[in-house]
Amino acid sequence: MATSSNDIAVRGPGPRAGDPPMTPELVADHGLSAEEYERIIDILGREPTFTELGVFSALWSEHCGYKNSRPLLRKLPTEAPWVLQGPGENAGVIDIGDGFAIAFKIESHNHPSAVEPYQGAATGVGGILRDVFTMGARPIAVLDALRFGSLARPRVRYLFAGVVKGIGDYGNCVGIPNLGGDVYFDDAYEGNPIVNAMAIGLMKKEDLIRGTASGPGNPIIAVGARTGRDGIHGATFASEELSEENEARRPQVQVGDPFTEKLLLEASLELIRSGHIVGIQDMGAAGLASSSSEMAARAGTGVDMDTSKMPTREPGMTPYEILLSESQERMLVVAKAGREADVERILNKWELEAAVIGQVTDDGLYRVRENGVTVCEIPGVELVQGCPTYVREARESDEVRRLREFRPGPAHLSPAQSNPGRVLLRLLASPTIASKRWVYNQYDTTVRTNTVLGPGGDAGVLRIRGTRRGLAATVDCNGRYVYLDPRKGAMIAVAEAARNIVCVGARPRAVTDNLNFGSPLKPENYYQLREAVLGMADACRAFDTPVVSGNVSLYNESPAGAIYPTPVIGMVGVLDDVESRIGAAFRTTGDTIILLGACTDELGASEYLKVLHGVTAGEVPAISLEGERALQEAILEMTGARLLCSAHDCAEGGVAVALAESAILAEDAFGVDAAIDSPLALAPLLFGEAQGRIVVSCAAQSAESVLAVAARHGVPAAAIGTVGRAGAEERFRLSAGGTTMDLSVAAIAEAYETAIPKLMDRSSGRDV
Amino acid sequence: MQVAIVTFPGSNCDYDCYKAITDILGEQAHFVWHRESHIDGADLVILPGGFSYGDYLRAGAIARFSPIMASVQDFAVQGGAVLGICNGFQILCEAGLLPGALIRNRSLKFLGQRVRVRVENATTRYTSAYSEGDVLALHIAHGEGGYVADAATLDRLESNGQVVFRYVDRHGQVTDEANPNGSMRNIAGIINEAGNVLGLMPHPERSVEAILGSTDGLGLFASIRDHFAGRPAARVLSAAGGR
Repeated sequence: MATSSNDIAVRGPGPRAGDPPMTPELVADHGLSAEEYERIIDILGREPTFTELGVFSALWSEHCGYKNSRPLLRKLPTEAPWVLQGPGENAGVIDIGDGFAIAFKIESHNHPSAVEPYQGAATGVGGILRDVFTMGARPIAVLDALRFGSLARPRVRYLFAGVVKGIGDYGNCVGIPNLGGDVYFDDAYEGNPIVNAMAIGLMKKEDLIRGTASGPGNPIIAVGARTGRDGIHGATFASEELSEENEARRPQVQVGDPFTEKLLLEASLELIRSGHIVGIQDMGAAGLASSSSEMAARAGTGVDMDTSKMPTREPGMTPYEILLSESQERMLVVAKAGREADVERILNKWELEAAVIGQVTDDGLYRVRENGVTVCEIPGVELVQGCPTYVREARESDEVRRLREFRPGPAHLSPAQSNPGRVLLRLLASPTIASKRWVYNQYDTTVRTNTVLGPGGDAGVLRIRGTRRGLAATVDCNGRYVYLDPRKGAMIAVAEAARNIVCVGARPRAVTDNLNFGSPLKPENYYQLREAVLGMADACRAFDTPVVSGNVSLYNESPAGAIYPTPVIGMVGVLDDVESRIGAAFRTTGDTIILLGACTDELGASEYLKVLHGVTAGEVPAISLEGERALQEAILEMTGARLLCSAHDCAEGGVAVALAESAILAEDAFGVDAAIDSPLALAPLLFGEAQGRIVVSCAAQSAESVLAVAARHGVPAAAIGTVGRAGAEERFRLSAGGTTMDLSVAAIAEAYETAIPKLMDRSSGRDV
Repeated sequence: MQVAIVTFPGSNCDYDCYKAITDILGEQAHFVWHRESHIDGADLVILPGGFSYGDYLRAGAIARFSPIMASVQDFAVQGGAVLGICNGFQILCEAGLLPGALIRNRSLKFLGQRVRVRVENATTRYTSAYSEGDVLALHIAHGEGGYVADAATLDRLESNGQVVFRYVDRHGQVTDEANPNGSMRNIAGIINEAGNVLGLMPHPERSVEAILGSTDGLGLFASIRDHFAGRPAARVLSAAGGR
C-alpha cells in the first residue's frame, strides 16, 4: 500500500466535529494525571482524539487498570494444581473433581449503591453473574458481603433496605440461589456502604471458554440490550471519592433488567456449547471499550469496529458515548467467520437482539470508526497493559497506632463480671452479630434444588448433582480488625473464611478477593492496602488457597473519611462426600459440647468493647497460621470420620455468642449446660475474640475420639458441657469464674432474631 | 406418566421440576417452549415457577397471552391435568383456569423461607398420597403470593373442598403468624371444580430429597403418577413435618 509521508506524520484519526478540544482540564476531568497523558501521547505519537481520551480514561481507571494495586496484587499466590484459570479473566476457575469445574468471582458496586441502592446493588449482581457465565459456567450461587453505617439513621435504613431488595430481586428473577453472606454495621461505612456480590458457576471442564478475540476476520457481535447513555464513565466514577455532589451522579448508575439477563444467560451457554463462537465477554465496567480491547489484548489481535452499527436506544449517540456506556445486560461475542447465521438463530430463539459491529484484525490496533471514518486508533496492548502502575507512599496513621495501644481497664471488664447474661443479650442484639434472617428471607435460597445448607450458618453448601461432592462457600472480613492492624486483620479474614469452610466439612480450595479501601493517594490508606495484601498473601499461602480472581475498589471515602479497609475474602471449599456436611446448630439432646482452641485474655478490637463501651481500639487478636491450619485439619478429620454433629466458629462476641448461636439456630432451640474452667477475667474469656476456636458438638460416646483427634493435631480441646433439651422454656447456662449466666432460650432467640426487624420494621410492626 | 413442562422466557424452576419428575420419580418429562402451539402426548402439564417475561407488569399477566397458553387452556378444559407452581399458579389465575388472584405479599417483600402447609383435601389426584391434616414442610419463594378472592368465591372453594393446602404453624394450626404472605384464609393452594387443575404457591419440587432437608413434596408428584398408573396412591409421607 502506498503511504505518503504526510500520512505518517498525522497517522491516526483527525478531530471529530462536535468533540471538545483537548485541554488540561478535560484531561483532568477524565481522571488522568499529566504524567499519564504524556504516556498516552508517547503511545500514540500524537495527541489523542476525544474518543481516545475517553477510552484511555476508562481502561486506565483503577477499576480496569489496577494502577495502584497491580504491584501489590503480584504478591498474592495464584497457583495450585487445581487452578484452571487464575486472575486476568472474567472469573477464576478451579477443578473440583469428577470432571467438573467452578468459575467464581466477587465484585463491588459500592459507589452506585451509595447513590441508588436498589439499582446499584441489582446491577452488581447482574455483572458478576455475566462474568461467570461468560466462562461457560452456569451460575449456581450468589453470595453478598455488605457493610453499612448505623441502622439508627434513616438514610442507612434506606440504603440497607434498597440494597437487599436489589440483590434479592435480581438473583431471584434470574433463578440463582443465595448461599450466604455477611453484614456489618459501623459508622465507618456511613457515607460509603460496601456492596460486594460473589457468583459461582458450575461447568464441565471441557466447556471452559475464555474472553478472547482470536482469529483475524472473525466477526464481533454485540448481543443483548440496546446501548443507551446510562452509566457512561461508571468505571471512572468507581475510581474516585464520593462527595456531596454524588446525588447528581444518579445518571451514572445503570438500570438492571434481570429478565433480559436470564435470556442472555441461556443464550450464552447455548452459544458456548454450540461451538460457533471463539470468545465471549460481558460489556461491564467501561462497556464496549474494555470488553473489546481486553478480548483483543488477550488474543494478541486487533479489532476494527464501527459504532454506527451498534444498536442504540436513542439516535445521535457519539462514538465516545457508545464505547463508554455501561448499559446493562449486553455481551460481546466473537464468532467464527461464516457462523453468523447460526449465532443469530440461537439469539433469535432467546428473543435477543444482535448486530455485527466489526471484526478481528491482525494489526494489533484498537480501531473504532463512525460511519466508516476512524475516530480511535490505539495500539491495543498498550491500551490494556500500558497503564502506568504506582507504588505509593505508605505510612501508618499515628491515630491508629495510638488506638492500638489501648488496653481495657477494670471499668471495661466490669459489665461482664457483674452480669454476663445481660452482656450476652446485648451482643446478640447488636446488628452485626444478630440474625440476618431479615436479609436472606428476601432471597430465594433453594431454587435449582441443590442447596444443602443455606445462609445463616458458617458457610453455604450445595450438592453437585451427578456426583457425591458438595461445594461450600463463604464471604468474610472484619474491617475493624483490618483498620486497627491491616496485616493481622487481613490474615484473620482469610483464617475466618477457612474456619467457616471447614466447619461445614469442606476443604478450603481457593479465594476471590474484593479489596475495598480508601484513596491510595493518602499514605495511611496505601499503607492499609499494602499491609492487608501482604497479610492475605501469607494466609492464602499457608492454607493452600490461591487467589484466582478478584476486584479492587479504592476511593471508598465520603466527606466523613475513609471506610474501614475491608478486604472481603470469598472462599470456596469442596466436600468429597456432601453427606458428611454438618451445620452450626446443635442437633441432639445429650450431645457433648467441645471447645477447640484456646481462650486468651485478649479483648482488643472486640464487638464487646464497641457495643458496651463504644470503643474501637486495642490490639487485634493474635493469629497463628500454623495453629489455624492444624485446627482446619483436625476438624476435617473429625467430619470425615463423621464424629461431629455440629461445628461453629467463634467470631464476633466470642465463645458465649458462638454457644448461644449453636443453641438457637436449630428450628427447635436447645438448652445448654456448659462451664469453662479458666482463671481469665470473664470479659475476655466469654466475649473476647481469640482466634482459632471452634465450638463443636458430638455424641457423648464420640467425645473421647474428638479429643484424641484434636490432641494429635496439637489443637487444645476441652469438653465444656452438654446440649440440653429442646424447647423455648429451656435454659442456657454457662458458668465461668464462679459466675453462671442463666438465661431462657426464648430470651436468647428473641434478642438474636428480632434485633434487625425491630430496627427496620418499626412502622409496619409485622414481617420477620 | 409423561409430563410436559412449559418454559416461558423467565421460567427458572422448569429444570427443578424436570429433575423431580425424572430423577426422583423415574417418570418421563419434556420441555415445551412458550412459542409452541401444541401439547402432544402429555398426561400432566406443569407451569413452573419463575418470572415469566420478567413479571414487570403483574405476575403471570403476560404469560397468559403466550402461544402455548391457548393449548394449555384447551387441554385443561378437556380435563387434562395441569399443575401450576408459584408463577404457574399466578398464570393459571390470570388465565381464568383458577378463581381468584395473587397479590403482593403483605410485607411488600419477596419471601424465601420454609413454611408449613396442611393438606386440606387428600382426595384429589394430586394429594391422594397424603392424608387430610398432614403438615408438610415446603419452601416458598415469591413476591406476589397473597391469595385473594371475593367472599362468595372463598366460601364456594371451602364448601367444594377446593382449598387443598393451607398455611399452618408447626402444630398444624391455622394462625395469622403462620400466614407468610397475607393470603385470605391462609390459602396456599387450590384446585378447580373439575379437580384437574391445581395451583399452589409453595414449591413441592424443592422438597423431594432428604439431602435438601425435606421430602414432603414428593407425595404430590407420587399422587398424580399413581393417578395415571391407575393404582391407589402409595402413602409416601411417613412423618409429617420433615426435618
